[in-house]
Amino acid sequence: MSKFKQQFLSGPYLIWIIGFILLPMAMIIYYAFTGSDGTPTLQYIAAIADETNRKALGLSLWLGVICTVICLVLAYPLAMILSNMHIKNQSFVVFIFMLPMWMNFMLRILAWKLLLSKNGVINSVLTGMGLSRINIINTPAAVVLGMVYDFFPFMLLPIYNALTRIREDWIEAAADLGAGKITIFFKIILPLSLSGIISGIVMVFVPSLTSFAISQVLGGGHVLLIGNVIEQDFMQGMQWNAGSGLSFVLMIFVIASMALVNSFDKEGEGTVIC
Amino acid sequence: MKKRMLSTALILALAASCLSACGNAGSSGKGETLTVLNYGKYIDEDALKEFEKETGITVKYEEYESPEEMYTKYKAGSIDYDVICSSEYMVEKLIKEGEVLSLDYEAMDNYKNLDPDILALSEAYDKDHTYSVPYFYGTLGLLYNKNEISEETASSWDCLWDPTYEDEVIMENSVRDTFAPALISLGYSLNDTDESHLKEALKILKKQKEDKIVYGYYVDETADAMIGEEAKIALCYSGEAALAMDENENLAYSIPKEGSNLWIDSWFVPRSCTNQTNALKFLNFLCRDEIARKNFEYVEYSSPITAVNENQDEEMKNNAAINPDKDAVKRCEIYTSLSDDEASIYTKLWQELLAQ
Repeated sequence: MSKFKQQFLSGPYLIWIIGFILLPMAMIIYYAFTGSDGTPTLQYIAAIADETNRKALGLSLWLGVICTVICLVLAYPLAMILSNMHIKNQSFVVFIFMLPMWMNFMLRILAWKLLLSKNGVINSVLTGMGLSRINIINTPAAVVLGMVYDFFPFMLLPIYNALTRIREDWIEAAADLGAGKITIFFKIILPLSLSGIISGIVMVFVPSLTSFAISQVLGGGHVLLIGNVIEQDFMQGMQWNAGSGLSFVLMIFVIASMALVNSFDKEGEGTVIC
Repeated sequence: MKKRMLSTALILALAASCLSACGNAGSSGKGETLTVLNYGKYIDEDALKEFEKETGITVKYEEYESPEEMYTKYKAGSIDYDVICSSEYMVEKLIKEGEVLSLDYEAMDNYKNLDPDILALSEAYDKDHTYSVPYFYGTLGLLYNKNEISEETASSWDCLWDPTYEDEVIMENSVRDTFAPALISLGYSLNDTDESHLKEALKILKKQKEDKIVYGYYVDETADAMIGEEAKIALCYSGEAALAMDENENLAYSIPKEGSNLWIDSWFVPRSCTNQTNALKFLNFLCRDEIARKNFEYVEYSSPITAVNENQDEEMKNNAAINPDKDAVKRCEIYTSLSDDEASIYTKLWQELLAQ
């Protein structure tokens, strides 16, 4: 009886998984390996080798790596500062960093466009103070800025969580046994927070690799990521097969990068996504 | 109409229209519905309400942002649309595919209100006027800042390729609209599909990008950027230009002398229509002078209903973005639809340009 109940309860999730995850995946794979007339072909998978697509994928990977590194470099020290704070202040500061996530991310990106544009807020302030303008709108720099801004909390939270799990007495014990601050960091804090770092990297790298909306708004058509190519194939060119082919290749890249990152995570704690 | 809304806004609009449709279905006694698919923000909603009140038909109103998206939505077949409004090349494509039903103009006593000149132009995609009813039309041209650019300069597409305007030109983030000026500058038709001609056009566009002339390839941000004077020249549709000119009086619009694109958005009844009588009622209603004026005042694009253009004030009449003069219209061409192969060539060249 109880087994039946359990199965019954899982019904909605099963429908969800089949209807909205497995079925669409199967369709993408079907379209990726067939031509527009339905005959099997590898042409759309091989299209990744075209110069345009190769460049776009390369740029996506490159910007994704930059974005992830910047997020990590910014988030780790902050997470350490936070975890060493008074409990009461801790949750408040975390709350402040999470606050922007309550707003739709597209709205925040559009706001950045207004801030960064040629006669935008930032440039008005700069020229008002007699300084020179910064012209980064419609460049890869603006896209990376937007990605870092959007994905930063996904790096901060897992690292922060991992750091708060490290018990104070372990660090004290290490200090008692004569370890210096640097030794403590490299021998205790870093290894114990590795699972958080791994989760953070996956959660930042994957969306930045596949993003297309940010590059569209802040790149002004000058930054073509693989996500933009796929979006155009589907929405502008009516080429579902070509779009699916590239989506499939991109999926492989995502899975490969997650596998690569997870191979460093020996304890398997950070497997939030994969 | 090349407005591009955010997908989020679209989803909200969809959800809202779903909700309101459900709400109305309960209250309407007759229970007859008409499913309308139109561009976003492309009708005065009061007109829809008036239609519902007059006929007792509940309008399920849906919006989309690009013709390609409309095509995808329609082809998916999950909703039976009764009337659809779209751009001429998409209408032509659907006519060719046999997806459009012919219209019975006898049942539309307001059909006579349409401007014969525009109907003549519509022959480019609807040869014998059997399938479509023009709704709005407009041109592709240059929106420029009068303080920086002379009228003379803006009267030719050449200014788009001039390196003096470094970082000052906004192009369209749309394949055909960006290729059109390049093709015309080369002396080809904007409907040219010869691959070598397209490659020549790509060369011009690549050079334009290399010379750093292009500030950005924008869609719906063009008007805002021009109002904020972020760029001096923008390749732009007349409707968007008119909006921008309302906000910033330094802006002006020109249709370059080499010719340009003229678009007509028209209504048609697709094969999925479940009630043709109601569909015709709706189209007839839209061609009524007062309703057309109402929609014109809301959308501010050129209306093919003659009476709408006759009763405008002088300033409106002289505005090239709203009322192009007859000579300018004659120099324009309507886009013809592309075959799948031609479309994929275009897409490939376009991505090559953007990836550069």
